[in-house]
Amino acid sequence: MNGIPSSTYFTAPPDWGWLIVFYFFFGGLAGGCYFLAVLIDFFGRPEDRPLARLGYLISFPCVLLSGILLTVDLHRPERFWHMLIESNTFQPMFKYWSPMSLGSWALLIFGIFSFLSFLSALADSGRLNWAVARRLGRPGTIGGIISFIGGLFGFYVAGYTGVLLAVTNRPIWSDSPLLGMLFVISAASISAALMILLAERNHWTMPGIADLHRMDMWVLALEFIVLVAFLISLGPVFRAWFSVWGLVLLLGVVVLGLLVPIFLSWRRDRLGIRTYTASAALVLIGGFILRMAIVLGGEAV
Amino acid sequence: MAEPMGFYTDTTVCIGCKACEVACKEWNQLPATNGGLNTLSGDSYDNTRRLDGIHWRHVKFVEQFTEDRGEGRWLLMSDVCKHCVQAACLEVCPTNAIIRTEFDTVVIQSDACNGCRDCITACPFGVIDINPVSGTAQKCTLCYDRLQTGMEPACSKACPTDSIQFGTISDLRGRAQKRVEQLHQGGEKRAYLYGADEKMLGGLNSFFLLVDKPEVYGLPPDPKMPTRNLSSASLFSALGAVLVGLIGLFNFRNRGVRAREEGRL
Repeated sequence: MNGIPSSTYFTAPPDWGWLIVFYFFFGGLAGGCYFLAVLIDFFGRPEDRPLARLGYLISFPCVLLSGILLTVDLHRPERFWHMLIESNTFQPMFKYWSPMSLGSWALLIFGIFSFLSFLSALADSGRLNWAVARRLGRPGTIGGIISFIGGLFGFYVAGYTGVLLAVTNRPIWSDSPLLGMLFVISAASISAALMILLAERNHWTMPGIADLHRMDMWVLALEFIVLVAFLISLGPVFRAWFSVWGLVLLLGVVVLGLLVPIFLSWRRDRLGIRTYTASAALVLIGGFILRMAIVLGGEAV
Repeated sequence: MAEPMGFYTDTTVCIGCKACEVACKEWNQLPATNGGLNTLSGDSYDNTRRLDGIHWRHVKFVEQFTEDRGEGRWLLMSDVCKHCVQAACLEVCPTNAIIRTEFDTVVIQSDACNGCRDCITACPFGVIDINPVSGTAQKCTLCYDRLQTGMEPACSKACPTDSIQFGTISDLRGRAQKRVEQLHQGGEKRAYLYGADEKMLGGLNSFFLLVDKPEVYGLPPDPKMPTRNLSSASLFSALGAVLVGLIGLFNFRNRGVRAREEGRL
């Protein structure tokens, strides 16, 4: 192919820029924080309850922001509803084989669940005095169902963006099937990191913070393995990373966002009590750089 | 449904006059680049450079010269949307703005498109782009409006050498095959058809006669559908979710059980 590694190199970039990078980041946080909240809600200790509430409280604003970012990114934002309702027939617009179509519905449905859990968290913390809202959360059956279904949609919202990139014909994005997996795992790691940071900021001391940190380190190790697998799976297209974006990925994600936090956690004596905060901040920054490198690096080819 | 219609472009007789580009722009009322200011590429006679939202026809100038420019040849090709039988853009469009017409061509309905650009990422040929005037994705419609009134598309009508031919797909394939044979007999053994059979995306309703590798003309040798990755990418994502779920369970469930055993719950 005259030195061209893949047929994907003959396509045009869609001009998906910073708005999409931020959407991928906040969408990941929305889904990830909700999932972690559900996890703590179902399996955590009673004293970890504020952590679960924190997850729900982060999730909804992030979904809301995601919707706004996606709408603003459209060249015709006033037609955002065309994603959900077919404009010519006014029938529901749904294509299960188009990740963007499915993702629009998932974001809407997840937004509803996330909103209900947001209300329940407000009520649970005493900031909203409304009996109905209190029933939207655990330990009630309705609350349990809302959290469980919301958690599944949260996972979907966190990972579909990677599948969306794979279901294109662009270099890097469509040359590997592992981007969705990488985004799901990264969503969990950045969400745990954000929750740890906010918990530390509130001077919380519940044992769930240590659990979150330990979980985050395991997730980071998995993320490192999947990132390497993703790069290997690119085959000849790997050389697309021989650019400034490759350097960003290596230093910003692999070193700063994955290896340094794992090292800090392993050698906890280095930073002492600041280990959690420092690693969480690095994980969060690394998660953002990951999405930036994937989106803008793919655009640049 | 009417018989499938399309273009057969014989690149060996293209003279690079760009009459097709002009006819397309005039008929479809496409705006000039940069408000009409001169935008020269600086390294080629090809100043259009690529297909986009306001260039639905593009005459590619492939300039193959030796270092000392002692020897060389021009390959000229009028590029356009391929109106694929299995159209990637149509497949992914989340608003159903992209439709297949009764002529088996692929058309973007500008009033339904919201400018999400998913089709741009999906097109294996890099044909589609945003028209800055409408804010929607646009490309060649194979002059759908002219076809509906029994007229020929503007570009093929304007082509002075019949490099662009319009007709029914079955008729065009017959003509193209004869031309390949004629060229082979005349000594041009490199001539072949690109996209004329079903092997490439079910067949390109706009296919080409080429005399060099596809990539020399900026065409992908092996275009694919974007949904080829859908199942595998979804399965790996689900696997990622399961693994994260398990890690979460191991890190929180034990603590919950221990707390319960200790009588704290």
